Amino acid sequence: MNLRRFALIAVPYIWLLALFLIPFIIVFKISLSDTALSIPPYTPTLKDGFAALISQLDFENFTFLASDDLYWKAYLSSLRIALVSTILTLLVGYPIAYGMARAPEEWRATLMMLVILPFWTSFLIRVYAWMGILSNEGLLNQLLMGMGLTSEPLQILNTNTAVYIGIVYTYLPFMILPIYAALDRLDESLNEAAEDLGCSRMQAFWLVTIPLSRNGIVAGSFLVFIPALGEFVIPSLLGGSGTLMIGKVLWEEFFNNRDWPVASAVAVILLLILIIPIILFQRNQQKQAEAEQ
Amino acid sequence: MSPTVFAPWNNPEEKPLIRFENVTKKFGEFVAIDDLSLDIYAQEFFALLGPSGCGKTTMMRMLAGFETPTTGRIELAGQDIAQVPPNKRAVNMMFQSYALFPHLSIWDNIAFGLRRDKMPKDAIEARVAEMLKLTRLEKFARRKPHQISGGQRQRVALARSLAKAPKLLLLDEPLGALDKKLRQDTQFELMDIQESTGTTFVIVTHDQEEAMTVASRVAVMDEGRIIQVATPAEIYEAPNSVYVADFIGDVNIIEARTKAVGAEQYHLDWADGQAPLTATSALPFSEGQQAHLAIRPEKIRITTERPEDAPNALQGKVLDIAYLGNLSTYHVELPGGQVIKAQTANTRRIARRDITWEDPVWISWSATAGVLLAQ
Repeated sequence: MNLRRFALIAVPYIWLLALFLIPFIIVFKISLSDTALSIPPYTPTLKDGFAALISQLDFENFTFLASDDLYWKAYLSSLRIALVSTILTLLVGYPIAYGMARAPEEWRATLMMLVILPFWTSFLIRVYAWMGILSNEGLLNQLLMGMGLTSEPLQILNTNTAVYIGIVYTYLPFMILPIYAALDRLDESLNEAAEDLGCSRMQAFWLVTIPLSRNGIVAGSFLVFIPALGEFVIPSLLGGSGTLMIGKVLWEEFFNNRDWPVASAVAVILLLILIIPIILFQRNQQKQAEAEQ
Repeated sequence: MSPTVFAPWNNPEEKPLIRFENVTKKFGEFVAIDDLSLDIYAQEFFALLGPSGCGKTTMMRMLAGFETPTTGRIELAGQDIAQVPPNKRAVNMMFQSYALFPHLSIWDNIAFGLRRDKMPKDAIEARVAEMLKLTRLEKFARRKPHQISGGQRQRVALARSLAKAPKLLLLDEPLGALDKKLRQDTQFELMDIQESTGTTFVIVTHDQEEAMTVASRVAVMDEGRIIQVATPAEIYEAPNSVYVADFIGDVNIIEARTKAVGAEQYHLDWADGQAPLTATSALPFSEGQQAHLAIRPEKIRITTERPEDAPNALQGKVLDIAYLGNLSTYHVELPGGQVIKAQTANTRRIARRDITWEDPVWISWSATAGVLLAQ
């Protein structure tokens, strides 16, 4: 009996150990190594013997990251882009979630389906589709010029605007679903009670609906912010040369410079930055679970 | 007790606080309220009583402002309130689910409405303290709604809806979520609070006992119409229809044809080969009219011997006895197969009860015990 329980708990732990902790230790070890013209392209390796391996590790790559302003600028820029896109996603997602929660019962399943539907197509294909929409000869510019709103095509593709559009579009369902879950549980009579006690519709929304959907807002924001911070595909396909994001820097270090140790150091720092919002997110989830008991 | 009886509805000079004038409310094709007129007076404790779906909640929601009548007029203190939104009405509502704000403390819940009125801070504090005292919740002011019991939540909801001193307080099944014992205590508490604050209460309930206990007047509703509006005693003793008689309490209904035998005296032919029953009625019945005699079980006497003086006496056999502790209800089967319920108070110990199952018994009642109803 005890063995069975142990086995049950062990499975997720072994999974985490094998697929997260061990790879992380390997990446961390590489980040402490030096680049070398060999396969794999760093030194030392285990072939040099364990004692030699330990003695040759150092934090040189991390001091390099701190000294070259490209890196911390990339981190800051990523944080800013992730933050702005999270706010934009919230502004777009909240009204959609609100509309869904207020829709007639028989419509809700369909609306939910429509929110999830984009996941049925490959993420990459959808981002490519946005390139087709946003490019200078794309659908959007053709439409704007056809309506006579602009005489020249707007440069949207390869700017930060395109990155924001891409992130908001891609991560919108992650924002909508937790907010919808919170609003769906909201008792309509609470709003009526607020109105009955003297609130206008708008006041009731601010004083009752928003505070009571707070957990959904927090959960959705983290679900967008965390992946957006390390996003690589969207900035590299939709962004321009001016779009500086850490995911792109990482990719370039790894594949263009073949500097695995620096790339690993970038990844380790990114993970450390992400740990803070992840812990905050976990706390929010835990508090929510406690409040529901 | 006040020397003058509180009965503003009998005074033609009195202006009603609320007036429903030919109000109809339709939801699509469904008629929830059907051409209904009703006056409710200041300081009344008025109960809307009926089965679920009879339209009583719709009436309450129209008073609160969450629904508007399809046709007709609703007046509050002489003013048409159809176009006044809920937040501008001097009406507060206590919701069936209580609708307490889960993210606010008890104190903040009660202060919620006062804050919307831009009241000065110390006035809010004084008013909230007063409400907490009235509902005996002082100790729980800092707790959140999920940290207190159901009975306490009910009192918070009441305090919150009373805090703004509304002209009219609406209570939607206020005691529905409480267990029976707590419900009975709370009924008296509600009456005390209603009396001490002088607020007009309109209560919606499907529990006839609750309506009878708390209300000064009861409106019995069915399918969007009001069947009878009267004091609890009148509703019970003088129902105007079989529906009301049957809805309130227990009743025996005997169908019969009337035959006048004197001033307000009628003989009722109710079964072939049986002696006619005698009943009085202030309402006129024509010769041979189909009528229903409604008699409450406690007004029927049950004896082993034929009573000498009773104008109505029937013989039957005890089919069933429902022992309720303080009362016993005997189900007596008449020769024709009809079952009549008779109730007696158990003033003696149960061991000394002299009537038991299958016993032949006599049931009897006076001429004035029943009510003769046309429909």
